[in-house]
Amino acid sequence: MELLGRQEVWNITYDHALGETASYFFTQIRDNGKIFGRRCAKTNRVLVPPRAFSDETLLPTTEWVEVGPGGRIEAFTFVYEQFNNLPPPPYAFGYVLLDGADTALGGYFKGVDLTNPREAAEKLAIGTRVVTKFAEQRKGDVLDFWFEVG
Amino acid sequence: MSGDRVGIIGIGQSNFRSRRDDASYPDLVREAVVPAMLDAKLDFDAIDAVVYSLSPDAMVGIGNAERLGVDAVGGRNKRFLRVNTGGATGISSVTAAYYHIASGVCDVVLTAGADKVGECGDSQTVLNKIWDPAYERALPLGTINMLAMSAVRYMRRYGMTEEDMAYVTVKNRRHASLNPRAHLRKVVTIDEVMESRIISWPIKLMDCCPQSSGGAAMVLASERFIRDNKLDAVWITGVACRAETYWMGDRMGNNPTAEHADAYALGRSFAQSYRMAGITDPAKQVHVAELYAPFSNTEYHAIDAARLVAKSGESIKRVRDGEFELGGRIPVNPSGGTLCTNAIAVTAMARVAETALQVWGRAGAHQVDGARVGIASGNGGDHQIFGTMVIEA
Repeated sequence: MELLGRQEVWNITYDHALGETASYFFTQIRDNGKIFGRRCAKTNRVLVPPRAFSDETLLPTTEWVEVGPGGRIEAFTFVYEQFNNLPPPPYAFGYVLLDGADTALGGYFKGVDLTNPREAAEKLAIGTRVVTKFAEQRKGDVLDFWFEVG
Repeated sequence: MSGDRVGIIGIGQSNFRSRRDDASYPDLVREAVVPAMLDAKLDFDAIDAVVYSLSPDAMVGIGNAERLGVDAVGGRNKRFLRVNTGGATGISSVTAAYYHIASGVCDVVLTAGADKVGECGDSQTVLNKIWDPAYERALPLGTINMLAMSAVRYMRRYGMTEEDMAYVTVKNRRHASLNPRAHLRKVVTIDEVMESRIISWPIKLMDCCPQSSGGAAMVLASERFIRDNKLDAVWITGVACRAETYWMGDRMGNNPTAEHADAYALGRSFAQSYRMAGITDPAKQVHVAELYAPFSNTEYHAIDAARLVAKSGESIKRVRDGEFELGGRIPVNPSGGTLCTNAIAVTAMARVAETALQVWGRAGAHQVDGARVGIASGNGGDHQIFGTMVIEA
């Protein structure tokens, strides 16, 4: 028998509040080009991105700490596939442990030739030093910064 | 535990395919429920409660699709709840069914569900939405690239290569070729995997699970009910679940508790389910394993976490040696596993169901000879929420 179908598209708009902690973090990025974490007084660990409490001690974090702009690569991947509503490939992104932080922050890697992924993987090997770069025009978003080798 | 164990008395699985244009969503649920009820030799009046297995709504494209599913599971006028722990949903649902019985509240519980991932054109877009909207949503995160980053760290830590990943795919496809319910059943070679297009390096197309449509159902009962009604059963002797931090960046950096290369909380969960089952040396005592691994690289940290090898990373060599093949020391994913079939809402239930069929001696062409003790696992969220079970004949 003939089997029928019908197409549906979900297009839902949300207006998310970021809360106090993320608002401070993104305001500092937007206005000053600086990245801040939050220190847990009990363990001294600096959480980046900053959180109002530590998931380990379950205590409120107590202090803003500027971190970076230098750091080291902790994880990366290169995406070559187009996914609907996600950026056009190829692109490189991953996680960086910024100087002064204890946890890693996600962001794009730029300035890497992705023609050959195996060669690119050597250039972005875990442990490689990177520096955070900031866009000239910033709006207070995780896309305001990215990481480059060197 | 003797006398008040929880047994599995009925199992139903549909055939898993990319699309099932002949079946609506509730039809697909019912396609699994009916054989499970026949297998249990019970009618719906015997069911005290239903645990409904359903992961993110957007994957099936129906908001709160458990509403549509109530009729398909015979849930009208019964205790009914929905469970959702992402990829772990299926094993979490069996766990919830187990607790209904172990608590003494119910004697017989049905757990069931279905997914139609093949109808979702944007599954990575859906999965991108599981990330925090404040800090991480603007990044192109998805389950593939999240686990590609786990692969990169596993490579660094244990020396895994892209070819090692391909060995897992080749093994599981060979297993799936023996399983008529599996979605991807074509045998592939190492070269074919290595030459398949790169999705998110180092993960290539053939390192990835498919987007499957299908359903699964299981009936669990108390030992007393099983004995009184002279039913056939296999037994859940160990059950546990664990979560770890949301923050992927906390699973790396300085002295992380839960290293992102590994599956830390999965290991903790396995340890607890082994203790409950009285298993002290899993590498010697476990005969078969169905470990949730949607990408080839993730089977390595799952084998490590299940302690089927002496130390983490040793799984790489053991896979190459064929120890986890059908006919090997401890076959891992003899059904073909998640890598060959992934209808997300019931994938982790299929791990439990397949393990139960193995220790029951009813797995068919992919039966592991003499299997009496099996383990199953499920992973959900951003590699964050895990469930494990030990099942014995």
